[in-house]
Amino acid sequence: MEFNAHKPIYLQICDQLYGQILSGELKADDRILSVREYGIQLGVNPNTIMRSYETMTASGIIYNKRGIGYFISAEAKDLVLKQMKEEFINEELPQVVKKMKLLGITNEEFLKFADQTL
Amino acid sequence: MIEIKNLDFGYKNQPVFKNISLNFEKGNIYGLLGENGVGKTTLLKLISGLQKPTAGECLVDEVAPFKRLPETLQKIFFISEDFAIPEGTPINNLKELAPFYPNCNETQFMELCKEMEVDPTRKFSELSFGQQKKCLIATALALNTDYLLLDEPTNGLDIPSKTLFRQVIAKHANENRTIIISTHQVKDVENLIDPIIILDHDEVLLKATFRTITDKLYFDYGTEKDDTALYSEMIPGGYVNVTRNPEGVDSKVSVEILFNTVMKNKETIKQIFG
Repeated sequence: MEFNAHKPIYLQICDQLYGQILSGELKADDRILSVREYGIQLGVNPNTIMRSYETMTASGIIYNKRGIGYFISAEAKDLVLKQMKEEFINEELPQVVKKMKLLGITNEEFLKFADQTL
Repeated sequence: MIEIKNLDFGYKNQPVFKNISLNFEKGNIYGLLGENGVGKTTLLKLISGLQKPTAGECLVDEVAPFKRLPETLQKIFFISEDFAIPEGTPINNLKELAPFYPNCNETQFMELCKEMEVDPTRKFSELSFGQQKKCLIATALALNTDYLLLDEPTNGLDIPSKTLFRQVIAKHANENRTIIISTHQVKDVENLIDPIIILDHDEVLLKATFRTITDKLYFDYGTEKDDTALYSEMIPGGYVNVTRNPEGVDSKVSVEILFNTVMKNKETIKQIFG
């Protein structure tokens, strides 16, 4: 896993799991790697992985069965979609709009390019 | 636990530490940072009983390691940066060390050598520096000591070996172990070490977990220099500005930039984290 330069590592680890949830690779009630296993795989401090898991537990995307491990919740996919949409609208889109202004791209042009890309 | 209390130490006419106090708690992988000559290696030598404090205390589980009691020394293993190359083969070296370390595990050692891709049956003298180092890291982990002190462990390791190093350390870290990694190569271990300790001659400038660091400081990766920042550094594509973080916004710590920020703002940093 290549880490992005500017986003906290623990959030990047969340993003990686979100990707797997959206693609269907991880489904409701699937067990995910333990904090330890994930830490070993990435060569990352267990505290960091723990923080990712705490974040995802708090938002209801994963749940903890004591002594067994962490699992994907039934609502995970909906929650991830909602969260990532918000993130896109609040963080990524303003960057795109800023760049559009800078380059003088109009809304019509943007829609045309978007259609072509799709 | 390692407790360092009001410790003074110096070599002949050359003071190193003046009134240093610092604890290392179980279950952590500490990153020990500091400028050249600040005494990082000396601190590891004091903890492993190779040096004696001039004043103050250095205690490992409440015993001074310099007493060199077998009960204490069997709990500590130190890989120095300029290690002496053992005679013979790594596996024989482990067998020679085994009587002194009750939790030594030969099977685990063989597995570690396999993971690190080194042949423990070849003579140390026939191995490259990097391979020797990997054998020593495998040895250190297989001795299963409570305290593991590593001085510049990634020096001389090739790129894949650095990845392997992070993985084996993450694998062998546990709640009973204290691992201290002293290094200048922070990029090699950036995501592995937590808490971070930044040492100076007469004080500990910073001892904080990543979580505390991001709670108190904000690392802004932007296009412009912020003149009010504690520290700014040009990076490809813009600037990193380090500011106080009153609103508690999350950001990514760059340990190199943190280090520079601390060195440029010693008093302010102590106040922010105090």
